[in-house]
Amino acid sequence: MAGSDRAAPAPTASARSTARSAAPDAVKILIAGGFGVGKTTMVGSVSEISPLRTEEPLTAAGLDVDDLAGIEEKRATTVALDFGRITITRDLVLYLFGTPGQQRFWFMWNDLSIGALGAVVLVDVRRPESSFAAIDFFERRGIPFVVGVNGFHGRHPYPAAEIREALALPDHVQVLLCDARERTSSRDVLIALIDQLIDAATGAAAS
Amino acid sequence: MTGGDAGGRLVRPFTLTGGRTRPSRADFTLITTVTTCDPQPDRATRPQPEHLRILRLCAEPMAVAEVAARLDLPVSVVVILLSDLLEADRITARPPHPVNRATPDLDLLQKVRDGLGRL
Ligand SMILES: Nc1nc2c(ncn2[C@@H]2O[C@H](COP(=O)(O)OP(=O)(O)OP(=O)(O)O)[C@@H](O)[C@H]2O)c(=O)[nH]1
Ligand SMILES: [Mg+2]
Repeated sequence: MAGSDRAAPAPTASARSTARSAAPDAVKILIAGGFGVGKTTMVGSVSEISPLRTEEPLTAAGLDVDDLAGIEEKRATTVALDFGRITITRDLVLYLFGTPGQQRFWFMWNDLSIGALGAVVLVDVRRPESSFAAIDFFERRGIPFVVGVNGFHGRHPYPAAEIREALALPDHVQVLLCDARERTSSRDVLIALIDQLIDAATGAAAS
Repeated sequence: MTGGDAGGRLVRPFTLTGGRTRPSRADFTLITTVTTCDPQPDRATRPQPEHLRILRLCAEPMAVAEVAARLDLPVSVVVILLSDLLEADRITARPPHPVNRATPDLDLLQKVRDGLGRL
């Protein structure tokens, strides 16, 4: 059952010398950004499984009634959370969570960000302002993040430096031009985040 | 029908969970890894169908979020079912790697870096 709908087995998963494998260690990274910037697309392009999704029912309590005006019924009653998985080694798995894009669901971001290594904030170059709030969110909480500029239709009209300036990002936050549909491009954004974390860690150790 | 959890934000469907809203002793996160115990403890009571589905899924270790997605149930419901199974010693639950921003785990980061590089 579980096996049939999984994608190609992870490199180490097939080598089951013992009857039951031990549970691997788990870490996670959030893929954040405004509505429709390509979060689900990025999760799907690097995940070894096709993105999974859970639908969480919501009560009106978590929402401002006015916020509900004008959104389709489905959106009003559940919030979708999608995620993917990357097996790093036999005993370490990285999970990617696409955060809900609409601002009315941001209360979930608090829960999601607990225990995360860091975040990728995706920016749609045609409407960067839709990701301002995501950047604010991680900045305020001191959660490390990189910015991935998703070039829709593969177009990158602005150099990274210009986008950095427009977003008023501090120097240590990396800005990468990317294509969320491309596995290697998405992977490189994740690597940039880890490199940034390593740099911060070694910098802290040196001082 | 609002849930009893901290934020009061998630509805807990009562049919599957027997109306319990009490927080469980286990602290299941989205990436807590669940593994079915083998062998299972000897018990007079047979697990419920939803419990059995979890036991089958988690023969191989699986994260809570993935269990929920594969069962097509909300995480809030799955966590209650998992708490039952944990209390009955039918599963083990491995908490995620602790992340401490003040003292980052360089070995871990390097491992993730190397793993991503191999993709
Ligand atoms: N051409 C092009 N289309 C893209 C790219 N990235 C995403 N898309 C498309 O843009 C739409 C939105 O992408 P999603 O990945 O669903 O965006 P999201 O951030 O998950 O959206 P929400 O979860 O609704 O906030 C989809 O139709 C994608 O196929 C890209 O790099 N180029
Ligand atoms: Mg999405």
